[in-house]
Amino acid sequence: MSTARERDDAAPAAPSASVEALYQDTILEHYRKPRNKGALPGATASAHRSNPTCGDEVTVETIVDGGVIREVRFTGQGCSIAQASASMMTDMARGASVGAVRRTGAALERMLRREPVTRDALGVLVAFEGVARYPARISCVLMPWQALGEALGE
Amino acid sequence: MTPPLVAVARALTAISHNTASRRADFPLLVGSPDLHYLDSAATSQKPSAVLDAMRDYYERDNANPHRGAYALSVRATDRYHDARRTIARFVGIADADCLILTRGTTESLNLVATAWGRANVRAGDEIVVTAMEHHANFVPWQQLARANGAAFRIAPLTDDGRIALGALGTMLNARTRVVAFPHVSNALGTVNPVGEIVRLVRERAPGALIVCDGAQGAPHLPVGFDALGVDFYAFSGHKMCGPMGIGALLGKRALLDAMPPYQMGGDMIDVVGDEETTWNTLPHKFEAGTPNVADAVGLAAAVEYLDGIGMERVLGHERALTALADARLRAMPGVTIHGPRPADRSGVVSFTVEGIHPHDLATILDERGVCIRAGHHCAQPLMRRLDVAATARASFYVYSDESDVDALVDGVREAQRVFGTA
Repeated sequence: MSTARERDDAAPAAPSASVEALYQDTILEHYRKPRNKGALPGATASAHRSNPTCGDEVTVETIVDGGVIREVRFTGQGCSIAQASASMMTDMARGASVGAVRRTGAALERMLRREPVTRDALGVLVAFEGVARYPARISCVLMPWQALGEALGE
Repeated sequence: MTPPLVAVARALTAISHNTASRRADFPLLVGSPDLHYLDSAATSQKPSAVLDAMRDYYERDNANPHRGAYALSVRATDRYHDARRTIARFVGIADADCLILTRGTTESLNLVATAWGRANVRAGDEIVVTAMEHHANFVPWQQLARANGAAFRIAPLTDDGRIALGALGTMLNARTRVVAFPHVSNALGTVNPVGEIVRLVRERAPGALIVCDGAQGAPHLPVGFDALGVDFYAFSGHKMCGPMGIGALLGKRALLDAMPPYQMGGDMIDVVGDEETTWNTLPHKFEAGTPNVADAVGLAAAVEYLDGIGMERVLGHERALTALADARLRAMPGVTIHGPRPADRSGVVSFTVEGIHPHDLATILDERGVCIRAGHHCAQPLMRRLDVAATARASFYVYSDESDVDALVDGVREAQRVFGTA
């Protein structure tokens, strides 16, 4: 094979450390087996978000009672990051107060923007830390949270 | 089934006979030797010849054209119209005044849908597009139909991503006022049989205007507008080695003469009275405002660059790489390629990998310096029919080579490893 460029033909490029950091096992696990995916009959609030540039979309439905999220589910399709984010978000939000969910969402956004944040506030969401290196993918993480925020009446 | 290796061997022979790498002509690629740019269907890289021509224009001849009070303005005017003639020769339109310079394909198509469409489409008329349109050749017609009370019909595709000509034929009748279709599909790479479509339309819908979206045509194959038979043909400079912000609409003189202007302003007028205004002649009637001379000069340099290679060779080179990528990807487990066989495509490979969303694939490839497009490719109606939310698309051009295909295939394999799907 002759090409103009020097290329190390024998060895494929080494697996990239940042790709490994991006696609944490937790994220891939939630992507393969998303929790709380499907319609929520009797939902008291819902919101839909989509990314017109990529076609990803998510609808979050929730039942809120006395400032507490009794139930929350999601539907939609998208990349592993968006699906895992929706899955983990719904797991965390069920049984939590509206205020606590908002604080968690805000902390997640700060982490993705590389602003100071208490890791304890994030729990399993620290799995998304690697996304901060990929500005084009940050909206994938945030889209479900924005939909939930809208459903909760932001 | 053709053994993939036979196809690969055939493709390799074709590439080696076609051309050596042209990367050296493209400063961005020279500056990023490890980059595998496989998104040329979105926009091409620019050769030095184009960048130099634009710089030369600004350094030596820049003034506002058509203000001929001084020699510099005359030179700017000459550069502008010389550029138009060069581009006209390249796309095979003898009457260069019927080549309207626009911002690109989108503006060209909106010009026709607005200026011609509003004046000519009536309630009860029918507008036909295909299911493989880019949104730019879909939404303007859809909205025109809604505004003027016309029916909007979408011709279906075959399972392998070609326009179903039989079904298209049944949609055509005496009420059909517009038939719009792409020369080449941006999402699948399908090269459409323009001559066959034109014959079908003229026979069954003699009152129809035929509009061809050439955004993916002009960069990759000879256009030959005067022999093509369509009424309008639109393309963009930036997908064919030219700068962003310049493109053209080619049209038949009788239609352009009869159409009202699209935008009003300087240059496009003849006499402006207090109550009435008369219009300038072609092409000025459709080029309101200070023209984009530098980008026109750049596009002229781009078509000269492509002419130097020869459009048949450009297509041959792309097809060889497409056949190679197609065969190698097809041989991988879990990979589905959308669209017809490589011989019926330009330099586009649109594919999905089981268990891996195209965006994730694009991120992993990007980490390895491989740029591909992931998404709906501005063709949501097509994605619905393929029953996918998005595809990954690799697209080749004159500077692509085998190492780009190697990097693509290696990257897909790496993605499958990360996702544990292979």
